[in-house]
Amino acid sequence: MSAHEPVIGVEIHVQLSTRTKMFCGCELSFGDPPNTHTCPVCLAHPGVLPVVNEEAVRRALLIGLALGCEIAPRSIFHRKNYFYPDLPKAYQISQFDIPICGRGEFRALREDGSELVVGITRAHLEEDAAKLTHAGGRRAGAAESVVDFNRGGTPLVEIVTEPDLRSPSDVALFLRQLRQTLLFLGVSDCSMEEGSMRADANVSIRPVGSQELGTKTELKNMNSFRFLERGIEAEIARQEEIVAAGGRVSQETVHYEPDTGHITSLRSKEESHDYRYFPEPDLVPIAPDPAWVEELRAGLPELPLPLRMRMVGEMGLSAEDAEVLTERPELVAYFMEAAALADPKACANWIRGELRAQLREVGVEPWQSKVTPAHVAALVGLLDAGTVTVPAAKEVLAEVIASGGDPADVVESKGLGAMDEGDLAAIVAEIIAANPDQAQQLRDGKDKVIGFFVGQAMKGTGGRADPQSVQRLVREAVRGD
Amino acid sequence: MIDDETVRHVARLARLRLSPDEEQVMREELSGILEHIDAIRAMDLDGVPPTTHVIALENVVRPDVPVPGLPREEALREAAHVTDEGFGVPRMD
Repeated sequence: MSAHEPVIGVEIHVQLSTRTKMFCGCELSFGDPPNTHTCPVCLAHPGVLPVVNEEAVRRALLIGLALGCEIAPRSIFHRKNYFYPDLPKAYQISQFDIPICGRGEFRALREDGSELVVGITRAHLEEDAAKLTHAGGRRAGAAESVVDFNRGGTPLVEIVTEPDLRSPSDVALFLRQLRQTLLFLGVSDCSMEEGSMRADANVSIRPVGSQELGTKTELKNMNSFRFLERGIEAEIARQEEIVAAGGRVSQETVHYEPDTGHITSLRSKEESHDYRYFPEPDLVPIAPDPAWVEELRAGLPELPLPLRMRMVGEMGLSAEDAEVLTERPELVAYFMEAAALADPKACANWIRGELRAQLREVGVEPWQSKVTPAHVAALVGLLDAGTVTVPAAKEVLAEVIASGGDPADVVESKGLGAMDEGDLAAIVAEIIAANPDQAQQLRDGKDKVIGFFVGQAMKGTGGRADPQSVQRLVREAVRGD
Repeated sequence: MIDDETVRHVARLARLRLSPDEEQVMREELSGILEHIDAIRAMDLDGVPPTTHVIALENVVRPDVPVPGLPREEALREAAHVTDEGFGVPRMD
């Protein structure tokens, strides 16, 4: 079979976490009873007029600036016409040929340190549709559907990429890092599960070396990065099969079933894509003051990619450390504060490792916990000075999580300090005397047995023995016999 | 004149079911409207920027401050059919 390469572009819908809707003053809500946040505008009563939410414009501009987009000096809204019960006006107010944010570029960092550059075609403002649910759940035979207009009119920014992606894993990487950037901007909750960030992928394949684009299919509305990645994999495989069998891929919308791994076609009438866009006469153009745009540009936070590069380049972190620690802006602030006080790499290890693992059990994030960044730095300092062993440090951390106490005080009050060398040597001697067989094995060159002695010493000291010291003392004692 | 198929296509998009007689009326009326566009097309408009808005206003915005909406009973009052605290519609899949 001739070699094919996938060509993928994505469209991302991001719900802005403004207080009110895009074109009316109804409050945005999550989980409130259905149809309790509506008004004549978002219910499309006759004679109403939409008015643009200025904060939504500001956030769209922030997104555009962070993605390096050209900001349109004057953009307009269009009506996108189609009939569906979740769209009471029978058109969605969107943007068409003059989006607020034009061409841009997003750079992501792969785990191996290489850069992934994705062209941004546009980012535009629009309104979300209402939510359709099925009376009596999704069971077959439910006679009707129910519309909840609480979500109808929520501000959305749709980000469209160029077909620059060449693998499902790159798509997932791009989306994860784009999501981080959006979280850093504070424009959206970006929750895939709750639907505040949704992604569709346009997928085609072409012979390697070809510059032409093949016929694309649109993979709709995946609610997790993992499913999207798997869905794209399955769709590429499906297209390759069609081409290998001498067939042609037809342009259609497809759906991935995570449970079965199957791709199904969502057959729709060809007319459904004839949206008859025309300029929205009820809204005047948006022409952001250039001084305002510059002010927003100057106020952008340090974004994840430059930050990650700085963490790897200047702070000695691994690419993976940097990716994990830049997941949330709160986590970045937390880490940075600790890293200013102690070895950054050790702080990174403790924060992303033990701290997060222990906190996960109580369902708390580091910045919400009683453990302050200064506590983390203090713990790293205690380890560095040999005051505590790693197992004891984990105990100290558990205590700090519970009480918020100072790590050095906890070491003192709980007697968790590393053992004095002389005491440890005495314990090691006892263990060797009590286990002559293992001692002999070690003398015979079976070096693995050393782990047995370390384990015994840990048990005998309640974790206060430094494993390195135990190893050294055991070797010395056995050899010195 | 636009053709019958175009009339039927536009009717389908608008969810209208037209009788053959109505199709003919629509065909004539729609064609008449499009002829106005032809009149504009016939002019020399080089250098004239396209106009999307006829009033010289920009940036009409509102602050992001919530205002009370409708109580649910009122919101649902005009619904043709109410189910489960929402607007009941035919089943959509």
